[in-house]
Amino acid sequence: MKPVTRIHSRTAVLADENVDTDRIIPARFLTTTTRTGLGKLCFNDWRYLPDGSDNPDFPLNKPEAKGCAIVVAGRNFGCGSSREHAPWALLDYGIQAVLCSEIADIFRNNALKNGLLAIVISAAEHRWLLANPGVELSVDVQGQYIALPDGGRISFELEPFARHCLLEGVDQLGFLLQHAGDVDAFEARYEAAA
Amino acid sequence: MTTARTLFEKIWGAHVVAPETADTPAILYIDLHLVHEVTSPQAFDELRARGLKLRRTDRTLATLDHSTPTLPTGANGERPYANAEAKAQVAQLEQNCREFGIELHGWDSRERGIVHVIGPELGATQPGMTIVCGDSHTSTHGAFGALAFGIGTTEVGHVMATQCLLQRKPKTLAIHVDGELPKGVGAKDLILHIIGQIGVDGGTGHVVEYRGAAIEKLSMEERMTVCNMSIEAGARAGLIAPDETTYAWLKGRARAPQGEAWDRATAHWRTLRTDDGARYDREVRIDAAAVKPTVTYGTHPGMAIAMDTPVPAARNAVEQRALDYMQSRAGQPMQGTPVDVVFVGSCTNSRLSDLREAAGVLRGRRIADGVRMLVVPGSEAVRREAEAEGLHEVFRAAGAEWRIPGCSMCIAMNGDLALPGQLVVSTSNRNFEGRQGKGARTVLASPATAAASAVAGAIADPREYINQEQAA
Repeated sequence: MKPVTRIHSRTAVLADENVDTDRIIPARFLTTTTRTGLGKLCFNDWRYLPDGSDNPDFPLNKPEAKGCAIVVAGRNFGCGSSREHAPWALLDYGIQAVLCSEIADIFRNNALKNGLLAIVISAAEHRWLLANPGVELSVDVQGQYIALPDGGRISFELEPFARHCLLEGVDQLGFLLQHAGDVDAFEARYEAAA
Repeated sequence: MTTARTLFEKIWGAHVVAPETADTPAILYIDLHLVHEVTSPQAFDELRARGLKLRRTDRTLATLDHSTPTLPTGANGERPYANAEAKAQVAQLEQNCREFGIELHGWDSRERGIVHVIGPELGATQPGMTIVCGDSHTSTHGAFGALAFGIGTTEVGHVMATQCLLQRKPKTLAIHVDGELPKGVGAKDLILHIIGQIGVDGGTGHVVEYRGAAIEKLSMEERMTVCNMSIEAGARAGLIAPDETTYAWLKGRARAPQGEAWDRATAHWRTLRTDDGARYDREVRIDAAAVKPTVTYGTHPGMAIAMDTPVPAARNAVEQRALDYMQSRAGQPMQGTPVDVVFVGSCTNSRLSDLREAAGVLRGRRIADGVRMLVVPGSEAVRREAEAEGLHEVFRAAGAEWRIPGCSMCIAMNGDLALPGQLVVSTSNRNFEGRQGKGARTVLASPATAAASAVAGAIADPREYINQEQAA
């Protein structure tokens, strides 16, 4: 994984609440056995019209949303299934951060493990960002804040180990493997007691 | 003096390999890892890329369920896969299980089925365990008093390589279900009612413990239905403390402890209860007596109401869009809405008791003209038992299709799907836009409601059918 330290972009707004993982990537595309090339399928049934052309009503198809790497999403983004294809598709589509007042647990976990910044902000800040699309933001992972154009800052919480892995560009498996000795000791104790 | 602990805290505490610190999450040991074809291929690739072995093949169990066709092998000897990619995905799991030495309940197994149906059936699911799977409905196994939750593919790789996960301790939410469910109202109605009350994100960040008189009275199958849909309220997991119902269900199953080991196990399991005085982070009370046959009217499981009450008016543009998609009309009840397709199946409602419930309504009746009904048993074992009782004949005589086990139209990635605009009354767990086929409209319901709706050709109260039968 490449380190993720700072994302700078204008925001696009996807205001719908409860955008589920089936909308992010429909289940019929989950027969893939790789994690690449899913961007063209991201939001497939929302983003395209039946003839395959772009749906002008899909918020991220609007001209002002093009090229935006930061999406301000409606509450409870990513609810539904555990498919990691959802963050894989979003990243491949060009989205690097999702800001929301509440993000579904499994999606958030999956996103952070892939370098997609799934960031929870307060309801008031969320309301303001939803109402003001196209704001230039800088998301700073080290400092755990979002810099606004007027110099203001929105601070956010990030699980410290997830943050460490983002900044260093390392994955969590390496850390777990380093603890193989602890797992051996645990298993010996645990299985003797059973 | 020991501190009073919740059931969740007891299970969590018994599996901590290394406690959490300010900088790092806890390392949590996983007792059982369930694997299927959709969320595992990229994890196996990761193991190969890093030259890693699978740490505990004896704690890993695989099956084929999501991408598998539910129609039998054709005259050409080929299984009717939806496409070449689905076929290749199944072949890849078969190959991966051979290469890494994992027990696979594949096409030739008498125990193949939906991953959350076969784990309990085999007795692999046991109280006090930690159980994970690359599937959000892993919460089903919480019915046995196991801490069971869905994980992504990266974490699937973590468990394969280390038998552990990195986890921050979630919060706890107690849902007390007091009183008694009315006659003709079941576990599916209850869990839809609960999600309707607490909301589609009402459990986010929490592990739910369902408790109270109405929960204790539920059968294991019903408890699985309730815990299965915990994720539909956003919860990490759902738990029910094990009791005599649990032990009676597990005893004698293939992977359950036998002989003296059984006695030791049950003695331990009896300690798996929330201590008096233990504190939850949140508590909610639900009155079981107030639950009626419940269905969804919108595009997420939190949009659920009793079928005879009016659909509420949209409070915002997103809710209006959901009503428009469903063609649900505010002020009108869902009961009476014309139905095109009925699906009985999925990890929520495909067990023998669910099929009996649906068959009980269909016996001696025909489904309405123009309605298509699919009945998909949850496993080969369920299929055998149902056929031994003649349930398949009841379904066929009523005009329904009797299929072979799999996830089928719940996730609609195997070719079983509804057409754009069709209304599906479904015993599954998600009514998201397009979940059962692009443009398809899903109404979640119990097996009895699904069967009654198939007969009526419109969403119908199953109590009218059950009562008629009893009177006859």
